Amino acid sequence: MNIQKFMRSKAGTFVLPFAATVMLFVVWELAVLIFKIPPFTLPSPSKIVQASIQFTPQLLAAGWRTLVTTLVGFALAIATGVVLGFSIGYSRLAYLTLYPLLVGFNTIPKVALVPLLAVWFGANEIPAILTAFLLAFFPIAVNVALGLDTVEPEMKDVLRALGATQVEVFQKVGWPHTLPYLFASLKIAASFAFVGSVISESVASNGGMGYLIVQASSSFDVPLAFAALLGLGILGIMLYGFFAVLEKYVIYWAR
Amino acid sequence: MHQPLTQSTPANLSDIDQPPLLEFDHVGLEYPFEGSMRRIIEDVNLSIKPGEFVSFVGPSGCGKTSILKMVSGLNPAPIGEIRCRGEKIKKPLKNVGIAFQNPVLLPWRTTIDNVLLPLEVVQPYKGEFKQKKAQFLDMAQELLTTVRLQDFQKQYPWQLSGGMRQRASLCRSLIHQPEILLLDEPFGALDAFTREEMWGMLQKLWMKVRCVGILITHDLREAVFLSDTVYVMGPRPSNIVHTVKINLPRPRNLEMELSDEFNHLFSEIRRHIHHN
Repeated sequence: MNIQKFMRSKAGTFVLPFAATVMLFVVWELAVLIFKIPPFTLPSPSKIVQASIQFTPQLLAAGWRTLVTTLVGFALAIATGVVLGFSIGYSRLAYLTLYPLLVGFNTIPKVALVPLLAVWFGANEIPAILTAFLLAFFPIAVNVALGLDTVEPEMKDVLRALGATQVEVFQKVGWPHTLPYLFASLKIAASFAFVGSVISESVASNGGMGYLIVQASSSFDVPLAFAALLGLGILGIMLYGFFAVLEKYVIYWAR
Repeated sequence: MHQPLTQSTPANLSDIDQPPLLEFDHVGLEYPFEGSMRRIIEDVNLSIKPGEFVSFVGPSGCGKTSILKMVSGLNPAPIGEIRCRGEKIKKPLKNVGIAFQNPVLLPWRTTIDNVLLPLEVVQPYKGEFKQKKAQFLDMAQELLTTVRLQDFQKQYPWQLSGGMRQRASLCRSLIHQPEILLLDEPFGALDAFTREEMWGMLQKLWMKVRCVGILITHDLREAVFLSDTVYVMGPRPSNIVHTVKINLPRPRNLEMELSDEFNHLFSEIRRHIHHN
């Protein structure tokens, strides 16, 4: 079969990543068998699957908790990021006053804030939500501002010469032009929010995937920890995939 | 407040009694450059009658584009004044159509929706957009048919060629029956064959609306082909160094380009550009 043609076909885009994943697990399984790696160092994929089945209820509960925490934090990040992005993009004053602050704040590793958040709000889901939010809003704000800033001046001129108001220019040009930038940032920010909530859960929390991994490792149940990691991977891909598909539908016109 | 001029404008442009639509009164432009103000445009005085098509030609950097910005009110004249119906232009005029070298179609809209854009913004169309949608669609389709884009209404800009995009952009600039059509080197990015084809299409579109047309171009043949009056600008600080009236009958066609009269006008303009 013509491999070049296959790589450009629709089936290729599904089959190839799937085959690569299967290959990875096969190599992994063989490596554990051949080098006799003990399960508490690196469990084999079959051990991980066993642990997943054994602890299904715990994994589902923890996964659900992490997903909800991530989504709440992410929703806050979208709202804040879009508002901030618009203010920075449209107002010179906001740009000059807020932007340096934002950049400075963004350089602080958010994981360092988790203990403080736990002191303020307790070891529960609130620090996780806030960490998710803190990690995710920055790329959204920056991209929205960038989108507004890159509208072609001639496009605005066409509308202004028709007597369009600022609001109309925004409706007809500014907002649609910004959408691709917003969606590009949502895909990144969704992963960031996910990272944020898991970090927070593993530092100070009473539930969620991060918490489960810490618990499992401290009792040397490494296969369970890996099962949780696998679950995190699946959740992350779902989250990214959701926004990638949504993007395709909303901004179908962007090549 | 502005009535479309389609019906009221007599085709006969030699009608001297008609008051001018646009008047340039000692218009100038300065630009800060290395700490001092540098004169770009100096003392332009002219007037444009309703339904007149004029071109500005001249060396690059002589401020041709600035003239369009000043007329549209996007950047009002800083020195002297430009009057529209006797009123000084201080802010963006309403009901102006613009087309640039870059067609700037909105990529999220199909061709026909791009053409309809001005009707969503300009009064009185804006207020009745929902009720008269069918009629507006007909208007847009008619314009698109004039430029032979009738089969590309549902296409997105990236599915069109450069020339097709520019044709759609021209339709958009004229659908709302503007009083003034501003063209900033609209065909500058097109190849020679497409460009000549576009002249005829622009003329056809413009003759439907018969508004004031102001064309900025580097192409002297284009200026002669399309205009009633060609203004030749000198190098910086520039003013109008020569005015040429073009009295060729309309609609003009590409055969006229070979006529003695056409070539005489062409070389007259050319001479004035190179001797300044």
